[in-house]
This record gives sequence, structure tokens and C-alpha cells, in this order.
Amino acid sequence: MWFFIVRRVLYAVPILLGVSFVVFLLMKMVPGDAADILIPPEAPKEVAAMIRAHFGLDQPIHIQYLRWLRAMASGDFGTSIFTNQPVADELFGALANTLKIALPAGVLGFSLGILLGALAAYYSGTWLDKLFSAFAITGVSLPHYWVGMVLVAIFAVMLNLLPGQGMGPEGFPSTWEHAKHLILPVVTLSLIPMGVVSRLIRANVLEIRSMEFVSALTAKGLKGHRVLFHIMKNAAPSALALVGLQFGYLLGGSILVETVFNWPGSGSLMNLAIFRRDIPVLSATILVLASIFVAINILVDVLQALIDPRIRR
Amino acid sequence: MSLQDTIAVRPVAEAVQRAQAGMGYWSRVRQRLLADRVTITVMALLACIIVMVLAAPLIATYDPGAGSVLTRLKSPGHPGHWLGTDEVGRDLWSRIVYGGRLSLLCSVAPVGLALLVGASLGLIAGYRGGIVNSIIMRSMDVLYAFPSILLAIAICGMLGSGLGNTILALTVTFIPPIVRISETVTAQVRSFEFVEAARASGARPLSIIRFHVLNNVLGPILVYATSLISISIILAAGLSFLGLGVTPPDAEWGLMLNNLRQAIWVNPLVAALPGVMIFITSMCFNLMSDGLRSAMDVRI
Amino acid sequence: MTADVLLDVRNLKRYFPVRGGLLQRKVATVQAVDDVSFSVRRGETLGIVGESGCGKSTTARLLIQLLAADAGTITFAGQSVGTSGGMDVRELRRQVQMVFQDSYASLNPRCTIEDTIAYGPSVHGVGWEAARHRARDILSRVGLDPAWFAKRYPHELSGGQRQRVNIARALVLEPKLVVLDEPVSALDKSIQAQVLNLLVDLKRNLALTYIFISHDLNVVQYMSDRVLVMYLGKVVEVGPVGSIYSTPRHPYTRALLAAMPSMDPDHRGEQAALTGDPPNPINPPPGCRFHTRCAYAEACCGASEPPLAADAAAGDHRTSCHMLLPGSGHTAAPIVA
Repeated sequence: MWFFIVRRVLYAVPILLGVSFVVFLLMKMVPGDAADILIPPEAPKEVAAMIRAHFGLDQPIHIQYLRWLRAMASGDFGTSIFTNQPVADELFGALANTLKIALPAGVLGFSLGILLGALAAYYSGTWLDKLFSAFAITGVSLPHYWVGMVLVAIFAVMLNLLPGQGMGPEGFPSTWEHAKHLILPVVTLSLIPMGVVSRLIRANVLEIRSMEFVSALTAKGLKGHRVLFHIMKNAAPSALALVGLQFGYLLGGSILVETVFNWPGSGSLMNLAIFRRDIPVLSATILVLASIFVAINILVDVLQALIDPRIRR
Repeated sequence: MSLQDTIAVRPVAEAVQRAQAGMGYWSRVRQRLLADRVTITVMALLACIIVMVLAAPLIATYDPGAGSVLTRLKSPGHPGHWLGTDEVGRDLWSRIVYGGRLSLLCSVAPVGLALLVGASLGLIAGYRGGIVNSIIMRSMDVLYAFPSILLAIAICGMLGSGLGNTILALTVTFIPPIVRISETVTAQVRSFEFVEAARASGARPLSIIRFHVLNNVLGPILVYATSLISISIILAAGLSFLGLGVTPPDAEWGLMLNNLRQAIWVNPLVAALPGVMIFITSMCFNLMSDGLRSAMDVRI
Repeated sequence: MTADVLLDVRNLKRYFPVRGGLLQRKVATVQAVDDVSFSVRRGETLGIVGESGCGKSTTARLLIQLLAADAGTITFAGQSVGTSGGMDVRELRRQVQMVFQDSYASLNPRCTIEDTIAYGPSVHGVGWEAARHRARDILSRVGLDPAWFAKRYPHELSGGQRQRVNIARALVLEPKLVVLDEPVSALDKSIQAQVLNLLVDLKRNLALTYIFISHDLNVVQYMSDRVLVMYLGKVVEVGPVGSIYSTPRHPYTRALLAAMPSMDPDHRGEQAALTGDPPNPINPPPGCRFHTRCAYAEACCGASEPPLAADAAAGDHRTSCHMLLPGSGHTAAPIVA
């Protein structure tokens, strides 16, 4: 078992290197040099060259990569071109804000999804199944940013019940005043995970239910919900894999929801960075988000191997 | 039943059997599809949308770029603008039909391109195995390490917005999942005995892939690609929503949503309309993909 | 008797690596086929029998080069295969064809019967129309009416019919040698009889040579002229069918034959001849591979492997056992003359 974990973690190292390489490549493909933004157009050539040298942009490309990689690995994410603040501070603050909506959205989406999926499978063939499946497929086909807009229109504009913008005060939400800012973004963000998870759970449960061991359990006299428990245990590994993927969506896809609700999370940070051409902020954010995703996938793989002994080689 | 009847019935039964003889896989898939009312309805709806979008110059009532600030944000039903106008007074109906062109292009083209590249890579990786497989799949793993949306946004964000970059970004985002499923299905089919038998008759790999592997893997890959289109629509519109995709003054459903964001406080109905189109189209592709999957899941 | 040797196999080896550990290094090897040698004469049927996992199917695949051998030589009709100057693999595949066990999985479900059979000739340069014509010809030869069956799909045929299609596919390239890997194992007994008789007829009409692999001893006895017994990757006994079935010499062969269910009431209720499970092919026992299950095993059996040697009396009937080897050290061995 430990072999598996170690091997899995070791495998992530070349992946992370590859990820950093892709991000670096993208950075280098940005039209125009990174320094072009800083160099005033009328500056003489020597000044331009000096600025370039200051940022290490005159070095050969693999040296630049290695220097950048070393900086990233040691936590020095550079300075924002725009605000002149260290990127790391901005980034981790924004990330915390994103987690404030991503985590509840994940929990909501998965639990609702598992519930809907299991119910749909349990009542499969009846109108209840069709209803739940319709929910699920709607959740997957709806552009969630649009749903956000619609929710704002209903709850903020028409009914004036919930705020349609902004995060409210900093820190952990402890009061209703504070928490009500979270409701709409969380619901919006949870739609797609709910839809995806519910469809997968339904398909898996139906497939497992048709396996012979389930008939054997029922024939032995096990009650319906106990059999369901056994079924869920078998469905768990692939559901876990999906959960990992969906977390990736929640982290990376929050940008759309954050834009709608003006939520100051990592997504908004990325958005701003794109428009300000603030390459250090943008590349650091992408790198950190991707690394978190890699870590989540490792965790998911290990959990899967724990539950399903067939996966441990 | 007299002997006469039995003798008369037999040729008919034989004729029926002969007529049904040799029903190939794809014919049976088509048969099941045609019997599936939901999928047929959805495909018809999609066909309507595509026709509507292609016929934009004929059915649009106004120039999608022309607008007057005097008639901004009018509700549906306003004389002359049956779906209302947007925030600078452009006719919404015309912008929706014209915008559909770019929205559909940005959704279908990347999946098509990714299918070409990804399926080829996956076929090679799945058939060859060994070192070739490792190289291809490990490279895909690196791209897989990015959440899809993030990758698309990263590419568009770095390279800049615009139609070409959007299609490129989405294509790159969709190649890894297609490679993965192609490789899985190809490796599975390759282990089947009829492929061994084909090798035993002395055929070369390319011939075996073309004749034996392709018609067995195409089904699952196509089903997956169709489901990808439904995601692609939402992603493409999402990119434009962020300002990363299609640029103004072009019409595109996601871009329209972005432009109308502030309008939600003034005229919510109009602001929501482009999203309805995205939803309907994505839903249709989703249902179509589900229908294809059940039709192709023919238990032989 | 100088018979014309069609296929000669010498010292064939095929090992499969077992990977494990942190870096997926090779930790062990499955010795699936270990130093197997035999020859097949033109026009005969050589039967290969053994338990599951003894290497029969691997040997079959090595013969048509679906798997590459790790060592050993294959000589077909006098030409060595796979070496420069000899026959190349593609040409070998025209002369040697295989009929697979699973009649269903060995047919492409998306192709018509006609196309499946016509594929072989088309690969070797025959045009599609001519290939289909040949396919229809061969279909009638195996007893399937081409008008009825040519345009059908595999799922529309019964097991026996599918196996006939497999045979047709193997024969359409007009091979000289046909390797049959458990061709009737998956069929009902009554259908088995039909297919076996078809095979016998075809062999006579088309002047074929067969290698017939099976775990069913009755079927092998019916079909074969000579029989080869394999155990754990090695050949333990080979000889004419009558001699093997009437006077089996190797303890394993004797046990196999004794384990055949018998209709004779006098043979019922006897002790099971073979005890224990077949040892792991990853760690085969040293010396004679069968000695851990052999009732007659002695010290010399675990020390060295007995070669496949001809019995003094029975010329062509060779056995790999210390009990028959003069001077091997076994108490039952004949004294060195």
C-alpha cells in the first residue's frame, strides 16, 4: 500500500514539472515581451535593454525557465506588475475567498447529486426517475453564469431578498448578514457538480444493481436500504474520481461565477490579471490552481485504492 | 390450420427472414434511434437551430450591428423588435440568429478538430502500446493536470481573445479527454480475438486499424464527442462572457450575456434571453448524446 | 520411415516478465514455454494436450508469430522463419493459419461473414470482388450455404456455424498447416461431433496438416495421429496416438488418462490420480517440473531435468522421465546396459 502512495506521489513530480513548463510556455507566447508593458515606448534602446536585463529577459530561454521555476518552488511568486505588491499575498487571500464558496458549493453539489442519483436509480423506470434525471441533465446543460444572472434578477432585483454582488465583510461568515452573500454564488456554483455527480451515480448504481452479487444479497434476506449501502460501496471509487475532477472545476471554473457576483476570489484575480496583462499574477494563479488540482487527484487516487483493493497493484 | 396454410406461410416467413438477414450494427443503431422519440425530437430541434443560424441573413430583421440608443433595452413585443433590443438598441432577434453562427462554430469546430487529432493519437497509442503509448499518454497527463476551464482560460488569457484563439484554446482543452477514451477503447478492441485473427492472416497494422479497429471504436468515441459539444457550447460562451472569446462588435451568445449583465437590473427578461439559447442548444446535444449512447449500446 | 517434415520447432522459449515493486521492475518471469521442441509431418494431425496454463496456447501463438519467441528456431518446409534469407513472417502467415477457440470473439461483429473471410485474401493482394468470390466458395466447402450466410453478421449465427466460419477463414488462404486452438471446446457435444467430422473431411480433401490443441482427451484421441503432452511449459511425452493412449509412460500422462471419466463401472470410485494444484509457473520446481505432484518422485527428480528421450522399445514414443532413463539414479530406471 505504501508503495502505491509513494509511487503515486513520485509520479506527480514530472507532471508538475510538465505543468510548470506549459505555463511558462504560455507566458512566453504572450504577444509582446513582458517588459514591453513597463518600458515606455519612447525610451532609448539602452534603457530598454537595461530593464530587460533587470528582469532577466535577456537570458537564454532555459535559464529563464529554471530561474522562474526555482522562484515558484520557493514561494516567491514575484510582484504584480500592476499593483507592485507581492503576488503571493494577493493570491492566497483571493484563494481563501474562493474556497469560501467553492467548498460549500462542492458539499452541496455532491450531496444533492448523490442523493438525486441514488433516488433516481432506486425508482428507476418510474416518473420519479425521469424527474430526477431531468434535474440532472438540466444542471449539466445550464450555463451556470447565466443561472447566476437569473438568480440575481429574481432574488436581488425583483424580490430584494439577497445581495446580488460582493462578498460582504472579510473573514469567516458568522452572521446572517455575512452569510447571505454566500447563498447565491454557492447555489450557482453547485449546479454543475450536482448534475454530473447525479448522472454518474445513477448510471453506476443501475449497473451495479444488475450484478449478481446484489441478487445474492437480496436472496439472503438483506433489507433494501442495507443492499443500497453495499451498492454504494461499490459505486464509491468512480464517484470519488469524479469528485476530484469536479473540485478541479470548482477551483478553475469559479471565475465565471465570481465575475457574475463580483466575488473577490482567485477567479476575479485571474480576470483582472488578464485584462491588465499582469503576467506574473496570471501565471502564478494558474500554476497554483493546477498544482492544487494535481494534489487533489493524488488524494483521490489514494482514497480509491484504499476502498477498492483491485486498484492497488 | 390446414396443411395448405402452413405451406403458404413458409415462403413468406422465409422471405421475411431473408429480408432481415444481415442487419449490420449501424443499421440496428439507426433503427433504435428512429424508435427513440426523445432523441429524434431533440435532433430535429437541433437541425432547426442550425438551419435558423445558417439562414441568418434571410431571417434577421435588422443588421445585427445597427442600433440606436433611443430604443435600448426594450422588452420582447416591442413593435418591430419581437424579442426586444439590447443595451445599445440592437435588435435582439437578429443578434441571436447571427450570434448563433459564432457560438455554434466555437463549439463544434474545436470538438471536430480535437476529434481528428485526439482520435488519431489515441488509436496509435492504443494499438501500438509500449513506449509510443507511454509517451502519448504521459503528455496528455500533463494537460490533464489542468482543470479544463482553467486550461482554456489560460490559453485565451495569455494569447489574447478572438475567434482563432478561442477555437485553439478549446481544441487543446478537448484533445486530452478524446485521446484518453480513444486509447482505452482501442486497447480493448485490440485484445479481441478477431484482431488477433486479422494479424494472423498477415495484415499490416494500418490495414487492421482501418478495417477492424475503426468501425468498432468509432461508436463510443462519437458518443463522447457529442457530449463534449454540449460542454463546448457552455465553455465557448463562457469564454466570451469573460471577454476572452469573441470580441465585440461581433454577436455571440456568451458575449451578449456579458454585455447585458448590467441590464439585468433594468430589464431582466431581455438580459436572460441569450442564455436560454445556450441552454437549449447544450441540452439538445446532451440528450442527443444520451440517445446515441443507448442506441449504440446494442447488446449483440 | 522418412516422413516429410513440414514444421520443425527447436528449443522454443517464451517468458513473460512479471513486474512489481516501486519502479515496476521485473521481479519474476512466467516461463510459459520453456525449451519446447517437436516436429510435424506433412499430412498428419499432431495433438497437443495439457492442463490450463501449460503453455499450449502460447505455443500455438508462437508458431504463427502472433507472439515473438524469446529463443528457438522454427523451420517451415525446410525454410527457417524469421531469419534473413529464410521465410518472412508474412509469408509464413499464408502457409500457416489458426482457428481460435472463442468462435464469437474471433469474428468482427461489425463485418459480414463474407467480408471477414475475404479480408485475408485482400490483404495478400487479391481484389475485393475476387476475394468475396473465394469467400463464398469456401463457405460452401465448410457446409454453409453462401446465399444464406454470406451477408449475415456473427450474432445471427449459432456457435457451430460461427466455428465453421472460423475454419473457412483459416482455409481461404489455402494454407498447408492449420493450428486449431481448442476449436470445439466451446461447443455442445453434438455440434462438436459435426465440426470434428468436417475437419477430418477437409483435411483429406485439401491435403492439410493439423496441429490440434485441446484439453479434452477424447477429442484429441479421435483427431490425432500423434500426441504431444505438455506440462508447465515443457514437453513431457510425445508419440503415436495409439501408443500414448494404450501405454502412457510419463506419470503425468498416466494420471491424465486415468482421470478421464469412464463409462466402465469397474473404473469408478478410484482415487484421484493427480493431487495438489499445478505449481506456479512463475516459480517452477527445480529439476523435473512434475516431481512435486508425482507419486514416484525421488531425489534425482528434483535435482535434474530429464531430457525427452526415446524408449528403447518404442522408437517414436519419447518421454521425459527419470524412470525411463538408464543411469538416471532413479530406482525404477533401467540399468545401464
